[in-house]
Amino acid sequence: MMNLKLHVWRQPSAKDTGRLETYEARDVSPDMSFLEMLDVVNEDLIVTGKRPIAFDHDCREGICGSCGMMINGVAHGPQRGTATCQLHMRTFKDGDEIVIEPWRAQAFPIIKDLVVDRSAFDRIIQRGGYISVNTGGAPDGNDILVGKDRADHAMDAAACIGCGACVAACPNASSSLFTGAKITHLGKLPQGQPERDRRVVAMVEQMDEEGFGNCSWFGECQEACPKEISIDVIKQMNHDYVAAAARGSD
Amino acid sequence: MELNSKVPPGPLTAKWDQHKFDIKLVNPANKRKYDIIVVGSGLAGASAAATLSELGYRIKCFCFQDSPRRAHSIAAQGGINAAKNYQNDGDSVFRLFYDTLKGGDFRSRESNSYRLAQLSVNIIDQCVAQGVPFAREYGGTLANRSFGGAQVSRTFYARGQTGQQLLLGAYQALEKQIAKGLVTMYPRTEMLDLVMIDGRARGIVVRNLITGKIESHAADAVVLATGGYSNVFYLSTNARGSNATAIWRAYKRGAAFANPCFTQIHPTCIPVSGDYQSKLTLMSESLRNDGRVWVPKAKGDKRAPNDIPHAERDYYLERKYPAFGNLGPRDITSRAAKEVCDEGRGVGESGRGVYLDFADAIKRLGDSTITERYGNLFEMYERITDENPYKVPMRIYPAPHYTMGGLWVDYNLMTTIPGLYALGEANFSDHGANRLGASALMQGLADGYFVIPYTIGDYLARGGFNAVNTDMPEFKSTEREIAEKTSKLLAIDGKRTVDSIHRELGHIMWDYCGMSRNDAGLHKALDMIPKLREEFWTDVNVPGSAVELNQALEKAGRVSDFLELAQLMVRDAINRTESCGAHFREESQTPDGEALRDDEHFAYVAAWEYAGADAAPILNKEPLEFESIHLSTRNYK
Ligand SMILES: Cc1cc2nc3c(=O)[nH]c(=O)nc-3n(C[C@H](O)[C@H](O)[C@H](O)COP(=O)(O)OP(=O)(O)OC[C@H]3O[C@@H](n4cnc5c(N)ncnc54)[C@H](O)[C@@H]3O)c2cc1C
Ligand code: FES
Repeated sequence: MMNLKLHVWRQPSAKDTGRLETYEARDVSPDMSFLEMLDVVNEDLIVTGKRPIAFDHDCREGICGSCGMMINGVAHGPQRGTATCQLHMRTFKDGDEIVIEPWRAQAFPIIKDLVVDRSAFDRIIQRGGYISVNTGGAPDGNDILVGKDRADHAMDAAACIGCGACVAACPNASSSLFTGAKITHLGKLPQGQPERDRRVVAMVEQMDEEGFGNCSWFGECQEACPKEISIDVIKQMNHDYVAAAARGSD
Repeated sequence: MELNSKVPPGPLTAKWDQHKFDIKLVNPANKRKYDIIVVGSGLAGASAAATLSELGYRIKCFCFQDSPRRAHSIAAQGGINAAKNYQNDGDSVFRLFYDTLKGGDFRSRESNSYRLAQLSVNIIDQCVAQGVPFAREYGGTLANRSFGGAQVSRTFYARGQTGQQLLLGAYQALEKQIAKGLVTMYPRTEMLDLVMIDGRARGIVVRNLITGKIESHAADAVVLATGGYSNVFYLSTNARGSNATAIWRAYKRGAAFANPCFTQIHPTCIPVSGDYQSKLTLMSESLRNDGRVWVPKAKGDKRAPNDIPHAERDYYLERKYPAFGNLGPRDITSRAAKEVCDEGRGVGESGRGVYLDFADAIKRLGDSTITERYGNLFEMYERITDENPYKVPMRIYPAPHYTMGGLWVDYNLMTTIPGLYALGEANFSDHGANRLGASALMQGLADGYFVIPYTIGDYLARGGFNAVNTDMPEFKSTEREIAEKTSKLLAIDGKRTVDSIHRELGHIMWDYCGMSRNDAGLHKALDMIPKLREEFWTDVNVPGSAVELNQALEKAGRVSDFLELAQLMVRDAINRTESCGAHFREESQTPDGEALRDDEHFAYVAAWEYAGADAAPILNKEPLEFESIHLSTRNYK
């Protein structure tokens, strides 16, 4: 069992100013997940008449992308390739102090405590992060052959969970890893070719409109990504963008 | 109430085609005049909202997460079934249909299960066209794996993230429609009640989870695709937010609730480790393709697994079910694990666990093949337990996972309330008393992409709609009721947290209405649940206010509904004195401990009708008739 000191960002709403508050987390088991540790702290806060800490979470198995916080300044905490909900307390030791803050980016306004608004990601997808087929009339699945390597590459990029850690980790708050992942996923597949040019141009434009920064190759994003998506997807995006511009996308 | 299943006449194989021809159509120009509300953005909701809007209807779609992409469907791992027969191993629409019916222990509606098997093939085509990166063979064709309860290889997958990839496909289709202005999306918005006008579903009342504002939305039809209610057990494989509120409120407004006690306990989950535990993590059933399940032969054998010689291990699934071995259906496999643990042969600290061992598969195939197949699952396991499954066998135990019960629907997926539809896990659906692995994704997408787009038109085309708006008294009074309930919850100011009460409810349900059930235990639960509900309403502590982001308040509302639903589940389990599928009544078993069905008395769907807060619910029965198959005893030996 461990005792920890937490410094947690508390901000009642978007309008209020926030600050770090300190809490004790006692009798923490190393087998607890990070969010379970926060659950226990919240139970204590409630029974002592205080407001629990708000944070987003749902699946608690690293796939929905809801959770995410800066843990001692690192997006999703110290363990590589791990979302906050999958981080276990055995990575910490008795007496540790932990600073917990929300994602910080202009394009992700804070809603409350550790909860931020990531709807900008949905709007980026709206600009072309799909293949325009309506339901019905699709050809037989095996009419479209996709080599295994190609399918594997597409899947590597498609694994993105949309959590926003890449943005939070980037000194410029760029969303290039997120956007590049979708462009790469669809761009690798034969089904994605017809819209490839217009997709990349529109999605990149939307990133700018949302106020995300530019990529200057720090590489922090791939370090923070819980799915370990490689910055190769950003190269792919840039390559596609230049090619589309040269061809003059509609 | 009258239960009219509206199953079309004619031979089983022709029913759906004939029905599509017979039902009324709404002409393209008129579709723009209809508003449809879709609650839920999982596989069922997102596919329905996208497709209905492609047809021209005006759609509003709601979800409680911050983005539709985060619906619980995202967590599905193993795969999706389809009767493509790409492997040439004897699969067919009829075989998938038969496996589904048999897997469900003959407690589903034959015509619905058949349609599901028929549509399965279209789903794969649609998803491939959307760019879902399914696993492929080197030649570029689609790959398959096998899943429990089947002897053919018909499961399509995208690594261990099939649900994620299918949901992203549906989500992207939805975002495409949002971008065109044809769907309005309401994320972080929770439906709290259904509004009926002139006996029809005409809208919903929701809470904006950021501002706390209570708002109404009117429509011509309402589609609920809000998922299952396994979280009634507190600990389950479901996402933490998964809840029964939408379907429970619909039940209280008059929609029949079918087979509430049919809940699936999944055999391969990571065992519970402590009181703080917030959820149970599933280890995909696909692992049983290569993992072998065993426990020590001797009781209380505390040696490390690798120190137990082969001859002293009991590979009990292979022993008891040689034909299906480790790939038996879920209900049977779960009960077998419980049985060996009850005998004192369970492993791990708590003694509630069995081994799932990959040593033989690794010897046969090598580490790299195993990594290729299950790498992410092995990683997930190690992260949680701190043990390396390449070296030490996994420890697994059954956990609540899926609910076959749900709102009763007819062949058109309409509930007993005109204009109210239920799709996906929220309906009582096509799986009878037990669902086969990889069939939930199939059903959600069949409902959303291919069934509701046809059947809803039939209702709308029949007309007779009066104009409605959200200023009408029906909306206003529902808004008031919700505001009152909210103030009441916030005013109790007691000593117990919502989670502590929810956890206690979970214990009651797991102990008395879980993997095996008996009359005495069920009656005990029936006595305990109202007391706990009473305690909730007098001693719960919900901090904060109604006009802010308040996660404790959200939970409190959901738990208050679970506390009512639990009682209906227990009543249903008491009524059904037979064993069937996942519903195992100890009083009804064969000499060798298998479920003993009673077709003479229980070949029906139990559809419960709400009769008021203080009255016992009314049981309505939809008899199940099977034309194309013979009712047989399930045999996986
Ligand atoms: C860990 C895990 C693994 C699984 N693996 C597989 C598998 O390999 N193959 C398979 O076939 N099945 C699998 N399943 C089952 C399958 O994932 C689910 O049954 C299916 O995804 C349910 O889809 P759905 O669309 O019905 O509901 P969900 O995906 O649960 O979506 C529910 C939606 O409703 C919304 N909602 C709920 N209540 C409200 C409300 N009151 N107001 C507003 N919105 C609301 C939610 O926000 C969400 O958008 C798995 C399940 C789990 C838990
Ligand atoms: S809660 Fe879903 S990824 Fe962490």
